[in-house]
Amino acid sequence: MSKATHSLPRTIAAHAVLIAYTVIALFPVVVIIINSMKSRNAIFRTPLSPPTPETFDLVGYTTVLAQGDFFLYFQNSFIVTVASLFFVLLFGAMAAFALAEYRFKGNTLMGLYLALGIMIPIRLGTVAILQLMVASGLVNTLTALILVYTAQGLPLCVFILSEFMKQVSDDLKNAGRIDGLSEYRIFFRLVLPLVRPAMATVAVFTMIPIWNDLWFPLILAPSEATKTVTLGAQLFIGQYVTNWNAVLAALSLAILPVLVLYLIFSRQLIRGITSGAVK
Amino acid sequence: MAGDTENRRPFRWHIAVFLAPAVLVYTAIMILPLFGTLQLSLFTADGHQSRIFAGLDNFRRLFFDPRWSATFWNALWNNTWFFIIHMLVQNPIGIALAALLSSPKLRFSAFYRTAIFIPTVLSFVIVGFAWKLILSPLWGVAPNLLDLVGLKSLFVPWLGKEEYALTTLGLISVWQFVGIPMMLIYAALLSIPDEVIEAAECDGITGMSQFWKIKLPLILPSIGIISVLTFVGNFNAFDLIYSAQGALAGPNYATDILGTFLYRTFFGFQLQTGDPYMGSTIASMMFFIILTGVCLYLFAIQTRLRRYQF
Repeated sequence: MSKATHSLPRTIAAHAVLIAYTVIALFPVVVIIINSMKSRNAIFRTPLSPPTPETFDLVGYTTVLAQGDFFLYFQNSFIVTVASLFFVLLFGAMAAFALAEYRFKGNTLMGLYLALGIMIPIRLGTVAILQLMVASGLVNTLTALILVYTAQGLPLCVFILSEFMKQVSDDLKNAGRIDGLSEYRIFFRLVLPLVRPAMATVAVFTMIPIWNDLWFPLILAPSEATKTVTLGAQLFIGQYVTNWNAVLAALSLAILPVLVLYLIFSRQLIRGITSGAVK
Repeated sequence: MAGDTENRRPFRWHIAVFLAPAVLVYTAIMILPLFGTLQLSLFTADGHQSRIFAGLDNFRRLFFDPRWSATFWNALWNNTWFFIIHMLVQNPIGIALAALLSSPKLRFSAFYRTAIFIPTVLSFVIVGFAWKLILSPLWGVAPNLLDLVGLKSLFVPWLGKEEYALTTLGLISVWQFVGIPMMLIYAALLSIPDEVIEAAECDGITGMSQFWKIKLPLILPSIGIISVLTFVGNFNAFDLIYSAQGALAGPNYATDILGTFLYRTFFGFQLQTGDPYMGSTIASMMFFIILTGVCLYLFAIQTRLRRYQF
């Protein structure tokens, strides 16, 4: 490669810009987390310094844990996310396999029909979804959320997985057929293990919007027993808006699990995006 | 539903079994409610628990009835401005960051990528409140920071001023989502083969002019995809405004967009009672706007952009 692209000033300039933007990206998150561990006076007097032994105070966290039912909210979010993820991956992989493996009448049409939901957001059907849930008595249940998120996640899942399933070798599947495996066994035993990396990518893409969603919990399941952590944090913060310790602690508690999960899965996520999975 | 119809040849049940769960859930929870909502927008309440067919009256009310139209056009314009901010700020920054990250032999690029993407995985609720606190004149983080560079006099409570609030929220949303264009462009830049870059260098095209003349034309399809994703995301936005400014999208509806307008109309707020029919009408308008954008992209932009196959 030419020298011009790698001269020292250019490299330094590139790093300077990237560091500056990284600071912008991380600054609000860091400010929230460090201030959540300080006493009320220190929050206002020295908002930009990390907690010192004198200013260290966990009163915000104790308030949050005493007042809000955050463990229940976490549990609800967890159940909804994991269950939706399970159904999206299972149903999505099955449909993707049918579309990628078999030639049948209307195959392309079915693929297009399922892909429609990638571009058209499910939110636009909210009025009728609520009526449907009221009619079937599912309002204020986690089942309602799981159903909606399953439908929301399926289009992208089918689309990405069918691309990957087309790459699974035919010889392998035909060898399985000659050995007398049923189509179901070929799918579960041969194909699913081979597309596991793609499934992991889809899982991360599906999980983030479900965990973070505010719209459907607010509309379909706002009761105390079914609140998700996003809705719970939103209501809690609205209620305790003048108690800065509690608000900062609630924000930190909502940030941390997502941050930890992200740092664990970030390689998977970034590899998924950069391998062109979302094109 | 071709997989479910009877065939002359022995019917391959397994195809139907594989397709059925996904198609059923997707149809029942997504497609039918979508059409149900479109249908509801043609009805209106008659005051006795039942509904009467109203044709396009709801749309007429939305566009021309002074009680509705002012709010609707305000929300539509705000939403358009929200989108313009994203196109003008988010996408150029994302492309610039991706261009820097993709330069070969750059150290720590994995760290930068991971760090810059962090805001994108946080929920709107966290982002909205975190920025609300940071920009709050009570706390003073923002005035303090401006003071460091001697610009304290520039501080205004941006989220509380009608003229700045929407732009501020747009920039917060840009801050959150810049990771997505960055990643997609980064992926596109990585997929440009080395031979093309080397050929350019042989011709003496390097640095900035290489980016403008060689790489940018090659990543245009990705920029198209990002634009349409931004469009759909923006015209469907709700959470950030709701968390930062509440359902009334204050100050004085200055940050009201279609999503918050839909929420208020459907559920009612304060003195106004909820109206599912007008709610459906607004949702239908959002559907038509998004559909127009997506079709415009598919037919007008994507077919004209040549895809380069390597």
